[in-house]
Amino acid sequence: MKLGIVVNEGPYTHEASDTAYNFAVAALEKGHEIFRIFFYHDGVNNATRLMVPPQDDRHIQQKWSELAEKHNLDLVVCIAAAQRRGILDENEMKRQGKDAENLAPGFRISGLGQLIEAGIQCDRLVIFGD
Amino acid sequence: MSEGVKKFLYVNRKAPHGTIYALEALEVVLIGAAFEQDVSLAFLDDGVFQLVKGWDTSELGSKNFQPTYTALGDYDISKVFVERESLEERGLTEADLLELTYEDEDDDWAEKSSIRVVSREEMAEIMAENDVILSF
Repeated sequence: MKLGIVVNEGPYTHEASDTAYNFAVAALEKGHEIFRIFFYHDGVNNATRLMVPPQDDRHIQQKWSELAEKHNLDLVVCIAAAQRRGILDENEMKRQGKDAENLAPGFRISGLGQLIEAGIQCDRLVIFGD
Repeated sequence: MSEGVKKFLYVNRKAPHGTIYALEALEVVLIGAAFEQDVSLAFLDDGVFQLVKGWDTSELGSKNFQPTYTALGDYDISKVFVERESLEERGLTEADLLELTYEDEDDDWAEKSSIRVVSREEMAEIMAENDVILSF
């Protein structure tokens, strides 16, 4: 089955991102295809490479980045939600005249059309949120 | 229904203020309108407050986006389902809600109400009939 996944909550405060991650791993193990994982609302905060959790806790951003690399996943961060919350890639840093970028490897910034497209293309769109 | 068109249902469950879900849900609806899918909106739980007349978040320092709801008809969104039980549980009736309208192209562009108050049971059926459910 072709799956789309939406992550609507940020890391650590809510379990949604962990659950979405575990779902993605399980789906891939079962041989399903993941068309795209879309990060919206506070979910965009999963994509900051600047998070530094305690060593005895999981590193949510790294887990996503590693999963994306291993399975060639398309992790898309909503640009409008990201700009509100200070998640920028190098292009956006320059375009907005900021002095830093913080988008983690494996993620890319794009528009909400990518979410709608995932809804159209996928057999199932699975939402993880509050 | 033509090939490649899916039934999208946007489910709004949160109050218009307090969190950003309502505003960011509307942003998805407006972008999604360009994709020419079969779109419906559902309002239930505290989400029914989004459609109550007269709220204005500008004094909270956040953007007052209530006018966007009345513009939904211009985006060809003509199906807005509101759950009756959610209204009743909050002391609301349909008379408390915004007038959302669309122009019916199959009826000489007559202006009609987009809002349909449905029971919780009907809402479950509506969800089952849709292909893609985006819940906010």
